[in-house]
Amino acid sequence: MKITIMSIPVLDQEKAFKFYTEKLGFIKKLDTPLEGGNRWLTLVSPEWQDGPELLLEPAPNHFEPMKVFQNALMDAGIPWTQFDVEDVQAEYDRLIGLGVQFSMKPTEMGTWKVAVFNDTCGNNIQLIETL
Amino acid sequence: MTFYATKLKNLQTSLYKNQGQINAIIAVKNYIDTNYETDLNMDLLSKIQLVSKYHLIRLFKKYYGLTPRQYLINKRIEKSKEYLVAGMTVTKTCYAVGFTSLGSFSTLFKTKTGETPGQFRKEQLSRKE
Repeated sequence: MKITIMSIPVLDQEKAFKFYTEKLGFIKKLDTPLEGGNRWLTLVSPEWQDGPELLLEPAPNHFEPMKVFQNALMDAGIPWTQFDVEDVQAEYDRLIGLGVQFSMKPTEMGTWKVAVFNDTCGNNIQLIETL
Repeated sequence: MTFYATKLKNLQTSLYKNQGQINAIIAVKNYIDTNYETDLNMDLLSKIQLVSKYHLIRLFKKYYGLTPRQYLINKRIEKSKEYLVAGMTVTKTCYAVGFTSLGSFSTLFKTKTGETPGQFRKEQLSRKE
């Protein structure tokens, strides 16, 4: 068994696609049409294109409990997931410049530095740097 | 302050309150990052940080979740991929990242990546064509 994919629930796949590619810089790997206008839409990191894929899943629109769960996490400021970066401060500055909103500024936590932003699709996402 | 921010703040005061210790462990990790290709051993690292070898290993695992040795191996494998992608031979790569035995390099590489260094290199080079 291999772990190859992780999913993020998004309210609008096209909007999420734009945010995750244009602002975060991921690139498209798979885009397959499914029924009802939904897509199997996955992204990868430009520097690790063989790495795990990020599935932008329209779950909150089709399964009410997912929406409830997603909203609860959002309200509590809890990140859905996290992405590794070399330099949290530099990414923070870059994303702020692109209009991304952060609920937590770069913060040192022992041997880690983290920051949390809003992905505009219903989730908090954490950036993490190993110190 | 969000629920999450409060939780992190609690962690900071419970788990991460000894900043001196944290700085020492970060220094060890940085030392591994810049000297991974040399003959690194824990005796040397513990001398640099003036703590006993076993204490150092315990602390490193506490803060990073793996032992310095495991961290070093991951670092070397990660670096070896860069060299192989750039076209360096398997033997040269093995020594360039600090392994001293080709056999153990190949075995570790295969365990970590699913392929032998030779297979990985071939695949990467054929992609470039």
